[in-house]
Amino acid sequence: MNTNLDINHFLDQDQRKDLLRLLTAGSVDDGKSTLIGRLLFDSKKIYEDQLSALERDSKRMGHAGEAIDYALLLDGLKAEREQGITIDVAYRYFSTSKRKFIIADTPGHEQYTRNMVTGASTANLAIILIDARKGVITQTKRHTFLVSLLGIKHVVVAVNKMDLMEYSQNVFDQICTDYKSFTTTLSIPDITFIPLSALKGENVVENSDNMPWYHGKCLLEFLETVHVVSDRNFEDLRFPIQYVLRPSLDFRGFSGKIASGIVRKGDELMALPSRKKSIVTEIITSNGTADYAFPPQSVTITLADEIDVSRGDMLTHPDNQPRFERQFEAMLVWMDEKKMDPNTQFFIKHSANTSRARLDSIKYRVDVNTLQQSDCEAFSLNEIGRVVITTNKPLFFDPYHKNHSTGSFILIDPITHNTSAVGMIIDKLNTNDIPSRITDPETRRMIDSGQSLIGRDELEKRYQQKGVTIWITGLHGSGKNMLAYHLERRLFDSGATVVLLEGSTVRAGLSRELDYSPADRAEHLRRVAHMCKLLNDQGIIVIASFISPTESIRRKISEIIGNERFHLVLMSAGIDYCRNNKPDLYLKVEKGELRNLPGADEIFEIPETAQLIFDASKETPDAEQIMHYLAEKKVFPGE
Amino acid sequence: MKNRKVAEQLNNYTINNLRELEAEAIYIIREVASEFEKPVMLYSIGKDSSVMVRLAEKAFYPGKVPFPLMHIDSKWKFQEMIEFREKYTRENNWDLIVEYNKEGFDSGIGPFTHGSKVHTDVMKTQALLQALDKHRFDAAFGGARRDEEKSRAKERIFSFRDKFHQWDPKNQRPELWDIYNTRVHKGESIRVFPISNWTELDIWQYIRLENIPIVPLYFAKERPIVEVDGNLIMVDDKRMPADMVAKVKMRMVRFRTLGCYPLTGAIESEADTIEKIVEEMMTVTKSERTTRVIDFDQEGSMEQKKREGYF
Repeated sequence: MNTNLDINHFLDQDQRKDLLRLLTAGSVDDGKSTLIGRLLFDSKKIYEDQLSALERDSKRMGHAGEAIDYALLLDGLKAEREQGITIDVAYRYFSTSKRKFIIADTPGHEQYTRNMVTGASTANLAIILIDARKGVITQTKRHTFLVSLLGIKHVVVAVNKMDLMEYSQNVFDQICTDYKSFTTTLSIPDITFIPLSALKGENVVENSDNMPWYHGKCLLEFLETVHVVSDRNFEDLRFPIQYVLRPSLDFRGFSGKIASGIVRKGDELMALPSRKKSIVTEIITSNGTADYAFPPQSVTITLADEIDVSRGDMLTHPDNQPRFERQFEAMLVWMDEKKMDPNTQFFIKHSANTSRARLDSIKYRVDVNTLQQSDCEAFSLNEIGRVVITTNKPLFFDPYHKNHSTGSFILIDPITHNTSAVGMIIDKLNTNDIPSRITDPETRRMIDSGQSLIGRDELEKRYQQKGVTIWITGLHGSGKNMLAYHLERRLFDSGATVVLLEGSTVRAGLSRELDYSPADRAEHLRRVAHMCKLLNDQGIIVIASFISPTESIRRKISEIIGNERFHLVLMSAGIDYCRNNKPDLYLKVEKGELRNLPGADEIFEIPETAQLIFDASKETPDAEQIMHYLAEKKVFPGE
Repeated sequence: MKNRKVAEQLNNYTINNLRELEAEAIYIIREVASEFEKPVMLYSIGKDSSVMVRLAEKAFYPGKVPFPLMHIDSKWKFQEMIEFREKYTRENNWDLIVEYNKEGFDSGIGPFTHGSKVHTDVMKTQALLQALDKHRFDAAFGGARRDEEKSRAKERIFSFRDKFHQWDPKNQRPELWDIYNTRVHKGESIRVFPISNWTELDIWQYIRLENIPIVPLYFAKERPIVEVDGNLIMVDDKRMPADMVAKVKMRMVRFRTLGCYPLTGAIESEADTIEKIVEEMMTVTKSERTTRVIDFDQEGSMEQKKREGYF
């Protein structure tokens, strides 16, 4: 009787555990298989008879002398057992009293980059092994780059073979320092260092007495407690329709896995691409109906209205939409033995959609060892780089860093049907890179030059001014707009014909569908620049006040307007001054409520050349100085 | 305080490991139903099949599952398995296809007369391939799990098979995130394993949680047993050779896996409930497939069979 109660208790406990998927990266030499063997063995997963089979195998071809060779437990396929290396991704399962684990065990050599990428695609956490004798080596950098490329948020750096370095704290500290110094440019939010010896089982499942200077958790304890639920995106509802259930005329349900966000009964949802709206009437989960559902649940949703939705469509909240584009930039990993033929019309599978896709251009290839970028015509197996892709039909996507489900895709070879490449979407294409739809040169020339019968000299004579743009750049809170409004007043009072453009008014209308991401910001500023050009063409002076954070963006703006008509003014102000001046947005960024604010979480490059520079913290910006400048340049008053 | 509140809120948006595995399996099953013209679910009547069948029912609830079940009958299955198959599929409104290798059956192939290797090849592997060709299925669900056996640890969830249903371990498609490459040429097919990531304990847990009916042979009972080379073989019909039948003893046993009765060893056990089975499993450590006689043929034998088209 008693035992039955206990086992029930055990089963109930076991059911409540959550699941952690982890990746191990390292080579046989680093003791990776030994480490995994330890985790499995010491958590009592390895069954008795597997062990006895192992002893038999070890005698015949073991590499570890008399002791049990843990690596033999793991290497499944015959061929690789003979070669002594792991050539694919192997999945292992073990469980402790706190959590269940799935290990994706991948080989470490460069020629197995694709395997590691595969293992990383489903992992919440990566263990990167370093041999304490060798320290941070090329392989370590490669593994870390791949882990960050695939967006794994938690990395455990397991410094192994500490027993061979006399458990030296200095050795460990030096490795930590080296590792940190090269990861600053990679976006991995959580890195933990653990010194251990897999062979001796030290700091793996139990803390070691030989490293009293280490006060952190042992590896298993860390894996059991690391918090990963909040890594999921609960903000942006994306429900790709996988299957439409229509068992009878009075039931129509939309089935799929929630990619991100939370859906509640009664929510108003918008179907894409039709943009028709309806209300959620029922959410059917695997365990009955529910009031709400969240990732990674597979559910069926019914709607109040009969709207046309089929596989590949998406349900979202009306105020939070994904991108809907045919072109995007992505990081691509080439998985095929066959070298890329850039002219191929691939199949692209993205979420529940399949379309045709073409590679427009390769921006660069990344050397996985040095992270150096170089030009490239076509990728070979295991090569990685940044590309521009155009699809036949528009896809609903988000940048991969925001949403792994709607930001990832595979390319399928149309002839062999192999999975040739896999990709992570960076964002939609920067609009400056989109070629004009009008390709006929004659038509383009006509459009570019216009047909006005009024000459520029006539305009200058009428307005007594030259049509130029005074572009004011600077951080949010630096006082750009204040200067712009003063200048507008002074010019107007002096009889000039002037128009003022600044961020919020343009975003309210002309750029209303754009957000603050780098790609959208670039598009927003492209529109502003063209507006400046049109107004300048009509002889009108434009004052434009925009953060415009990078040299490349400002260069493009200048090119659109015309370099000779573009006058750059910098409101120079330290970030502290700006934060004091207008704290609201900066505080939001610090709390994590807002993203993409240049100077805070986004880069702001101080221009190398500006016609006028004001130091906001030292002087009140003076419109008079700009008036003098304009007079000197014979802009206003004109000649 | 604030962190605690956030943590509590997040708890409402967490599913346990079984529900996560279930969601993954349902997603896979729906993906196959959407992308293939003629899928089928292979049904072995074992506990893993029972779980898979329940997952399919859930995936299309409240509708009917849009593909049939197919059982490859080697003609040497336990009688209780066949009774269970008939009752379950009838009560749950499943379309059931039963196929067997007629030629093999007519020429009297069986494990006692031809040995396990020939029997398995003719009545299971060949029978399966014939049936797949006959019905022109382009996708077949199987209940294999990666933790069952070493060579399965690297198996894909969507496992590509050529025109001859062969599996080439060196030529498997990469499988990333939950994006499955479902494209095949005419004649090629995909085997799909929706419960790849489940362990034996997960299967039992799920059967317990969902109250899934399974063949009673899994539960301990007094049964007529003959000991053959250390394996406990149950006398299920009159085809058992007389010299073996002479040694029959009634013993309290149960089965950890089910297959052809002469090829499936029982274990001595008192476990007559799921809870007791799990308890036994956790304390008596012997991995699952060792009670299948067919695995002892040769080293790496499962890998060999897989290459030939057996699961």
